[in-house]
Amino acid sequence: MADNVDEDALYRIKEGDYVVLQRGDVFKAVQILPKKKVIFEKQWFFLDNAVGQLYGSTFDIVSGGTLQPRKPKDAESPADAKEAGTDNRNIQDDGKSQKLTRDDIENFKEQGLTDQEIIQQLVDNSSTFIGKTKYAQDKYIKKKKKKYENIVTILKPSCRILALMYHGREPGKICHLRYDTLAQMLTLANIHAGSKVLVFETCAGLLLGSVMERMGGYGSVIQMYPGGGPVRAGVESFGFPAHFHDTLHEFPVCHVNALLAGALDAAPEGPDSTQSDAAGGEEPKPPKTEPTSGPEEVKMETNSGADDVCDPEKEAREKRIEAKAEERKAKQEEKRRKLASAAALLEGRDADGLVIASRFHPSPVLMGLLKFLAPSRPFVVYSQYKEPLIECYTKLKEQGGTVNLRLADTWLRHYQVLPNRTHPVLLMSGGGGFLLSGTTVAADPPRPAGAQRAEEPAPKRLKVTDADG
Amino acid sequence: MSFVEYSDLIRDGDVAIVYLGHESMMHVKVKQGAQTQTRYGVIRHSSDLIGRRYGSKVTCSKGGWVYVLHPTPELWTVTLPHRTQILYTTDIATITMMLELKPGSVVCESGTGSGSLSHAILRSVAPTGHLHTVEFHQQRAEKAAEEFKEHGVDGLVTVRNQDVCKDGFGVSGVADAVFLDIPSPWEAVGHAKAAMKRHGGRVCSFSPCIEQVQRTCEALAEEGFEEISTLEVLLRVHDVRTVYLPLPDFGADVFAQARADGAETKPQTPVALKTTTPPREMQGHTGYLTFATKPRT
Repeated sequence: MADNVDEDALYRIKEGDYVVLQRGDVFKAVQILPKKKVIFEKQWFFLDNAVGQLYGSTFDIVSGGTLQPRKPKDAESPADAKEAGTDNRNIQDDGKSQKLTRDDIENFKEQGLTDQEIIQQLVDNSSTFIGKTKYAQDKYIKKKKKKYENIVTILKPSCRILALMYHGREPGKICHLRYDTLAQMLTLANIHAGSKVLVFETCAGLLLGSVMERMGGYGSVIQMYPGGGPVRAGVESFGFPAHFHDTLHEFPVCHVNALLAGALDAAPEGPDSTQSDAAGGEEPKPPKTEPTSGPEEVKMETNSGADDVCDPEKEAREKRIEAKAEERKAKQEEKRRKLASAAALLEGRDADGLVIASRFHPSPVLMGLLKFLAPSRPFVVYSQYKEPLIECYTKLKEQGGTVNLRLADTWLRHYQVLPNRTHPVLLMSGGGGFLLSGTTVAADPPRPAGAQRAEEPAPKRLKVTDADG
Repeated sequence: MSFVEYSDLIRDGDVAIVYLGHESMMHVKVKQGAQTQTRYGVIRHSSDLIGRRYGSKVTCSKGGWVYVLHPTPELWTVTLPHRTQILYTTDIATITMMLELKPGSVVCESGTGSGSLSHAILRSVAPTGHLHTVEFHQQRAEKAAEEFKEHGVDGLVTVRNQDVCKDGFGVSGVADAVFLDIPSPWEAVGHAKAAMKRHGGRVCSFSPCIEQVQRTCEALAEEGFEEISTLEVLLRVHDVRTVYLPLPDFGADVFAQARADGAETKPQTPVALKTTTPPREMQGHTGYLTFATKPRT
């Protein structure tokens, strides 16, 4: 028993935790903060009472927005009606079957009736309920429950839940990357602990977080980011332990050409590199073609990049400016250090995997970043549209250096499974985007193809990736 | 080489994947002095494989060439020796995410079958997780255990030769996730529950027939599982190609001639179009995947 108590401690909700709220199949990611008002599914409440409860608990939302742990399994359906009709030949839609009015229901609510009592009232006052078939009664109650039940479940975030959440709530922010497609990416790219993975994404950090979850804090992740800084809003929602962040590196794609040319000086003055222009004549420049990364993105980065700068009182303005300058300097130093460490990881061109999911044209991104992969490593490119992946495919075929190319998408169908009522769910997703996947290989023949008869191992060349430029 | 860790060079005792061409691959056990026949000629392990870098091009005796790839669970899935029907990567990917597998997860699986899913699970839960896999067919269980050893993952997996429906998984209260691919999964739902952590976890059952799904869902609900959800994922592979669409000849354009009398009507050349074509046939069904959550008990 004693160890059970200990064990539970791991699964309790703590202040400051990132959690996911669930009601039905709607999710929302929030952080547990004291006295913070949360609005979810047209209800507002405070999360204070959730602290100390176990993850996965369901709460009733009572007046004043406080949460009360729901008692385990109170008698399920309010009316296990014994009576039921067999068909609907006598059911007329005259709009008068429900005798309660809107006002009555509002009254009930004010009187503090529980959701179940309200539903019972609705059932009792429905003249047609008894005539409905058992299945129709079931459906009726389910529908009412959905409307009147004031409950919320608090979950521990995971790649599955966050992917479901983003897809349901804000598909635009994640380039309409559906969760099953995300699942394919993680598997096709062989994401696992201990590898060195490159991630290029504009999916609010969902893909990055998913990769980090699969790596479990072992190995390294290098986020190749466009624009002024990496976007990681979604990564926070995963609530990773601090040491996970030590494995996360970042590298601006605007320095890719310089790095490839060996001309990257890890002491750039500002975020806008002048030397990448000078060095990168031979390559298309993904970041330059679309420099407008969206204003909100830039704002987010400045927040996440370092601690808040823009807050203190208005009086000590000068002091602030000074402090700001100091801070900027420190920030730049930090940025330089980060750039250098990421560059060091990339320079060996021995990364183990590459995943791309962005709103940029995938072709230049793929062609540029593929050069950092070791041979015999998988890569996966996502695009919401098929055509740019056709272009990638064609280019890779022309250029060589890859095998196993496959352009595919997945089709996802959910089923309702109930006694005598099993069928595919009526509404399904029209498309979850497309994936191009493949494996890198040594770019060109290991020089003279005669040396292999010798007993000693054939000459192994380490610089395999440089021939594909 | 190991299925859970990349290495650069091919060594004696490794399993390597030989890429012969589009959709054509085979695995070889690398052994000093051994030879492998391919349709491009022979590969001599001592000189052609050992000490070479994974991803190298190897020229075979007949002058043809192949690539030698580092093994991954995905490549293993398409080259492994079948002892049973296997799960393919599309389903495996979905299962891995929906079971929330990650480094450190403890997983129970039955049956082991040909080990296609097992390798993928091991890859995802390494280096700190563990797989308890149960196979009632003795020979298959032994073969699987042997393979795990050859693949450098035997420290992460325990194979048990027993009937999961009767005897369960051989562990209790330890699993974060349970996967069932057996003919009567509903008979193992209770054992699945017992194998899982008190705190809860995720379960998945794979069944080809809807009747099996129906019974499994009922059993899951009876055992108090929540969030029961059944889905199906299918893969569509697109064939990239250039197609040529000919243009019809409408005859001489009288008006055009009237306007610019020097212009001759050119013979119409077909228009080239880079596009994809759907495969003539595709896998229409593998199995239904039923997921559920075990609440804390």
